[in-house]
Amino acid sequence: MVDSKQQWKAWLYLSPAIVLLLVFTVWPIINTVRMAFLDNYSGLQAAGGETFSFGIENFTRVVKARRFIDCLRNTMLLCVLTVPISTMLALLIAVTLNSIKPLQKTLQTIFFLPYVTNSIAIGMVFAAMFNIVGSFYGTDRQLVTTAGIINNVINFFSTTFTGKEAMVNWINIGSAYRENIIVMTVYIVWNALPFKILILLGGLQSINKQYYDAARVDGTSRTRVFWRITVPLLSPMLAYVIITGFIGGFKEYTSIVGIFGENMGPANDRDRLNTMVGYIYDALENNNQGRASAAALILFGIILVVTLLNLYVSKKRVHY
Amino acid sequence: MKVVLEHVTKRFPNRDKKVKTEVTAVNDISFEIPDGKLIGLLGPSGCGKSTTLYMICGLQKLTEGRIFFGDEDVTELSPENRGVGLVFQNYALYPHMTVKQNIMFPLENLKGADKLTKDEMLERTLKVAKLVQIDELLERKPSELSGGQQQRVAIARALVKMPRVLLLDEPLSNLDARLRLQTREEIRRIQRETNITTVFVTHDQEEAMSISDQIVVMKLGVVQQMGVPQMVYNDPANLFVAKFLGTPPVNVFRGLIKGQALYIGNEKICDTPGVSDRGVYVGIRPEGFIFNPNGVLTCDFKNVEVMGGAISIVTGHADSESPIIRATVMDEVRIPEGTPSVKFDIKPNKLYVFDKETEERIYF
Repeated sequence: MVDSKQQWKAWLYLSPAIVLLLVFTVWPIINTVRMAFLDNYSGLQAAGGETFSFGIENFTRVVKARRFIDCLRNTMLLCVLTVPISTMLALLIAVTLNSIKPLQKTLQTIFFLPYVTNSIAIGMVFAAMFNIVGSFYGTDRQLVTTAGIINNVINFFSTTFTGKEAMVNWINIGSAYRENIIVMTVYIVWNALPFKILILLGGLQSINKQYYDAARVDGTSRTRVFWRITVPLLSPMLAYVIITGFIGGFKEYTSIVGIFGENMGPANDRDRLNTMVGYIYDALENNNQGRASAAALILFGIILVVTLLNLYVSKKRVHY
Repeated sequence: MKVVLEHVTKRFPNRDKKVKTEVTAVNDISFEIPDGKLIGLLGPSGCGKSTTLYMICGLQKLTEGRIFFGDEDVTELSPENRGVGLVFQNYALYPHMTVKQNIMFPLENLKGADKLTKDEMLERTLKVAKLVQIDELLERKPSELSGGQQQRVAIARALVKMPRVLLLDEPLSNLDARLRLQTREEIRRIQRETNITTVFVTHDQEEAMSISDQIVVMKLGVVQQMGVPQMVYNDPANLFVAKFLGTPPVNVFRGLIKGQALYIGNEKICDTPGVSDRGVYVGIRPEGFIFNPNGVLTCDFKNVEVMGGAISIVTGHADSESPIIRATVMDEVRIPEGTPSVKFDIKPNKLYVFDKETEERIYF
């Protein structure tokens, strides 16, 4: 225990961190709550001397807004699609990586590359891949028209086997919601894999090899070893990956920008794929800090509930 | 089930990949384990005893040689098809399963004709749990058990599928000294009750000698001697076996055979009829000394250690391999402080002569 006379020293040494935390974390949180409960609060008008009455109108307006419901649906849909898919894929890849000896380190590095690559840049590459119209400079500096690689492949198989040309409009003008969501799911899953693989591979490598020897002596089949030994022993890492996956999923924003740009949707249907965070940004841009704060608190509430649910489930299924 | 090893060799690739030569862990060993016996594989670390155990188990493939269970050649069989139970050094209990689930796990793996109903599994689990006396701990997790209890669970898990051979890898090394004594009796009892041929690995000679029906002493991948513990102790085949068995250890002297008699220093110890002149090592067990003022061997007196019923006379000798010589004698002997030297007679059956070059025993 620190001597009470010495305590001021402790506070002195802590003060830089405390000041920064107060200014950039604690105050913004308090201010968010305050703004959320001031009806139709706007920073500009507040600066002009206007006052706002206390109430829950921000919340009711947000919840009733058609755009907000769309954003909520998009976010939820992407979460529900991407978290299970990416977790299962990551588990599969991690287990495979762990069981091969040659080139393991090299493959590990390759799988980790997306993690250190800018997600907007990745998004632009994905957008180009899924394009239905596009072009590149040919050998003689002539502009050659071509679709993205995905459509080229689809088209190749289609013309070879059915003789008909076929292209899917994934993301361009006139594309359908389902195609948009497929592209987003592929992109988000791909983007989320490296971190999950890293965590799961680390977990796998820390499992004592003797459990597998013991299972072998007992004649355990490979599927049983996977479900009865690997998965339970990996469950703390799986729980971590799933919980952080859901939290990250609810904060999805940059990936949409990466593929669709600031439009947040195909050019003919702006904001079609907007998310909760996107909604908050838009409200801020429109100087509607009250509504942005209310939406942020709702998002916080949803993440909290989902995380608690995850923790509740994992209490029964996770073996620490 | 009788277990026979025939010219079994195991070579591992060198850890340093640039070095082409392989490391020979087990070098052409052959021995036969009689049915229903408890056998101790004994040797210092790195002598290949664990590798031998894992080869009997099937977790390690043989480089050369064959292994038979009874008349059946099991060399190419995988562990699950050999009918072996293995207890790992650190037990390898599945931490997320209860004791009951751990023991039942091997039974749930049975397929086809061997498949058991839930009730049969439970019955066998309870039976084996009673045998190792953990039937009150069935709902606990391994982390809630003491080391000794975990050990019992591991043995139960190995026994539950009624293996033909039970294998234990250093079964006592993770237990404290008191528990070790208790557990080794326990292993003996379980082995007697089940009558399953059991092989265990240890580096502790006392452990091996105390419970084994037979011991196999190994060094650098080669079997040095095999036999009933007391026989191996009393009649070591070479200097290594003599040194490895016994606490306190055997006292080793540099000696000389000259004119069909054994000399240590200038003192003639005994006649060695029929042995040609050469340099030798002489091993004398601590209990082989008889305190006698007119004895044949003179040692520099150091001190006396009293240990209950017996006393140790600690001495030195110019031709001794180690700085101190320990002689265990009955406690009637009184030696005054400051005595410069003491004399001993040597019991002929506690004295072993080994060739200086080969370190093999010279019989006479």
